[in-house]
Amino acid sequence: MTQKFNVIGSRAPRLDAPDKATGRACYVDDIEFPHLLEGAILQSPHAHARILSIDTSAAEALPGVAAVITHRDVPDVRYGVSPARYDETIFAIDKVRYVGDEVAAVAAEDLDTAMAALELIKVEYEVLPHVLTVDEALAEGAPVIHDAFPGNICAEVHQEFGDVAAGFAESDIIRTDVFVNKRQDGAFIEPHRCVAVYDNFGQLTLTSSTQVPHYVQRTVAMVTGIDVGKVRVKKPYVGGGFGPKAEATPCDIISAFLAIKTGRPVRVAYSREQVFLHCRARHQFKHVMKTGFKKDGTIMALDHQCWLEGGAYSSFGIATVYYAGSLLAAPYKLPNMKYDGWRVYTNKPACGAQRGHGGVAARACFEQQLDLIAKQLDMDPIELRLKNIMTAGDVSCNDLAMSSLGMKECIEAVRDGSTWRDKRGRLPKGKGIGMASGFFVSGAGYPIYRSETYHCTVTIKVQEDGGTVKVLTGAAEIGQGSDTAMAMIAAEAIGIPLDRVRLVSGDTDYGVDLGAYSSRTTLMTGHATKEAGEAVKDRVLTALAEELGIERDRLDMANGLVEISGDPVDFSELRTKYIKEHRGWSDHPAGDQITFTEAARIAYLKYGTVVGTGKYKPPVLGGKFKGAAVGTSPAYGCSAQVAEVTVDLETGQVTVDSITDAHDCGKAVNLTSVEAQMEGSVSMGLGEAMFEEVKFDDQGRVLNASLGEYHIPTVLDMPQMSCIVVESGEPNGPFGAKEVGEGAIMPTIPAILNAVHDATGVTITELPITPERVLKALKEKEQEKD
Amino acid sequence: MTIRFEINGEKVELEVAPDARAVDVLRRELGFTGVKEACGQGECGACTVLIDGQSRLSCLMLAAQLHGRTVLTIEGMAHGDRLHPLQESFIEHGAVQCGFCTPGMILAAESLLGREPRPDRERIRQGLSGNLCRCTGYQKIVDAVEAVVRDGGEKP
Repeated sequence: MTQKFNVIGSRAPRLDAPDKATGRACYVDDIEFPHLLEGAILQSPHAHARILSIDTSAAEALPGVAAVITHRDVPDVRYGVSPARYDETIFAIDKVRYVGDEVAAVAAEDLDTAMAALELIKVEYEVLPHVLTVDEALAEGAPVIHDAFPGNICAEVHQEFGDVAAGFAESDIIRTDVFVNKRQDGAFIEPHRCVAVYDNFGQLTLTSSTQVPHYVQRTVAMVTGIDVGKVRVKKPYVGGGFGPKAEATPCDIISAFLAIKTGRPVRVAYSREQVFLHCRARHQFKHVMKTGFKKDGTIMALDHQCWLEGGAYSSFGIATVYYAGSLLAAPYKLPNMKYDGWRVYTNKPACGAQRGHGGVAARACFEQQLDLIAKQLDMDPIELRLKNIMTAGDVSCNDLAMSSLGMKECIEAVRDGSTWRDKRGRLPKGKGIGMASGFFVSGAGYPIYRSETYHCTVTIKVQEDGGTVKVLTGAAEIGQGSDTAMAMIAAEAIGIPLDRVRLVSGDTDYGVDLGAYSSRTTLMTGHATKEAGEAVKDRVLTALAEELGIERDRLDMANGLVEISGDPVDFSELRTKYIKEHRGWSDHPAGDQITFTEAARIAYLKYGTVVGTGKYKPPVLGGKFKGAAVGTSPAYGCSAQVAEVTVDLETGQVTVDSITDAHDCGKAVNLTSVEAQMEGSVSMGLGEAMFEEVKFDDQGRVLNASLGEYHIPTVLDMPQMSCIVVESGEPNGPFGAKEVGEGAIMPTIPAILNAVHDATGVTITELPITPERVLKALKEKEQEKD
Repeated sequence: MTIRFEINGEKVELEVAPDARAVDVLRRELGFTGVKEACGQGECGACTVLIDGQSRLSCLMLAAQLHGRTVLTIEGMAHGDRLHPLQESFIEHGAVQCGFCTPGMILAAESLLGREPRPDRERIRQGLSGNLCRCTGYQKIVDAVEAVVRDGGEKP
């Protein structure tokens, strides 16, 4: 790309960093609400039980209690993420389905009173047999969790593209490999919380720690029956999300009902334990992949089966089970692909979306298998990959179109950056190097509910004084840096410096924005922001052209200064007018160019307030088959990583020494933020690879529902990371930009697995890569030799 | 019970319940909401404050334990309009993402630099290992602290 940028592509410090580094940034819990009540939720102690009776009378009688509600006090309405699987109720009605299912809630003057009131609610249960694993849930005669889903299958997918049988017939080598990951927790540092306010005008306002104000607004309007126009959802600063905050939670819904009932603001805040009970994070996947190759390394066919342990409700699960299949169709040319996936209900907390939605374990399985094939073919694993990769213009067998794809550049960058050729096969015993690629959508092609809605709308208002512009967007800054990126895109589009842009976001009153999920914000909200910025620029320059009596197309703006092509134009009258308007001010414009401030002031004086609007909706994308929508995107990000590890052959302990990481983000809006997403992705992937696992006892209770017992990476677990930003220039992205938030996690797990194999010769097929698993595999390898 | 202590350079005296936690008193009574709570069990470090210059977890402390001490929260790090070099460096190096761990992380770094003014990269990593961050992968945080050490704390 030869386009010259003034703001885009820089390392601008984040707009929100000063507030966050000084403690001024307000998150939900930091905002004061007068006469606030504290809410608390009574959750099921049983994995599966019938509710025989609920007696709330003692709780209601406790001094300080303002309200107690159960299913009897709220509408009997089903909700969820996908309208095709609305399987949740506000409170359990006839039975509870997991340890943590919501049974009742209290609002009280303080949290101690609310907790005491919960103790006074008497619930009589008839305990039912439960199922905790996929195998138990699918067994003949297994207890049924939802009557509407006999057999406990929440969703199943059966797809075939190309001719898989013919592909295998033409293959020289066919391998089948199995891979299992573990249920991961989002482990964002700020737990979910929400404060609901129901005012005298019947307006319900939620201040929520959410990734998706728009979907929360719709869900809460639906379950409360309040007109959607009277429900406002605001997201202040949010302490991380990563997927599990991408749906309306009981914090949102229950605080709303308690606020309506009491007429006072109500806060419902999860404890850390409740974050684990709510879950909505990474599923446990079991993948079986049978793949056929030609002798020269050409991939011919994939027959893929996958089972997802989903928990008690659907959450995002339908999308997850589709993504687990569809995202394997690229970035390698795979002409024939068959996929059978089953998402299975169990009596555990519901799983949902987490960074790399649906594709992380599948990618790990496939990329590990590629290395094993390379070994069989005696090929360098990087050469095998380079032989099969797609490039821009390619379309996958399931109709995913690569409008840009810097896969080759990513692979070569990590190969050279890690000095792969000097190391592969030449490292001492116990040291290993491994590589893998990744691929992800740059924004879901369709909303979660069926609609022709724009995915985002953005308004930019030029402040009447002419000095600054204000961007209004519903986009959800959750830590990823979208506020700064949108301000930079607005500045670039208008042609003004970044410090002339102010931005407010994360509020349903500012416009439609589907939220922070599927790595969509940079491309989609970026498009709408760019369009709004261009509209502002055009309006201002049109006014100026009229005033100067010249053609509009002679004017442009850059760095806050108007550029006039052709003969010089005398604008002294205009400047004098501006200066006269600002007698006594110290910052009069000078120099031989008209400033944005002057031009914007003229536009205001001519037209009144200048406003530009932008919108974005992807074009119709993808194939016509069932489930074609999941995996479609206006663009795709891709990545490659090389991991270097040390394996202690005595103890089985694996240490990741370094990660060399390349990601194609199309065009980096903010280079520092792109690297930040890449490094954060590696950390989440490394945690899942090395130690993260939510554990349960045989009664379905979480055994490690704390940040002490559930180990996420500390600084000591992290290797040195080298980030290489690849810019392929995405034609469908604003200024060429596309995703980095999630795709960057994809190669981490398989790169580590492949490095462990290089170091030891053993293949780890079940995560996490604990010393016990490594030792066991080493012993089995020894025995095979004997 | 009555407790007296110094916080961010100001002397305070207040009535607290004997079982009140320090984090609640700092946040709710005194309004220092830069003190974050994320686990309530001393596992994540978000509630880190400095007590007489040492990093402590305010979710594990009783308010009564603040009596007679000197407390520093993130709100007390800047001097007027001038940010502390660690704050400047975190902003400049992209060490801030969601920001929920940031106050605790900066205070843990300040505590480390108080004990050991010139730590190397490994010592910085050890010094920050009690504070969890889910966003950054820590590299830019360590970079930010290392830059302050390199510049001798004399950031513009």
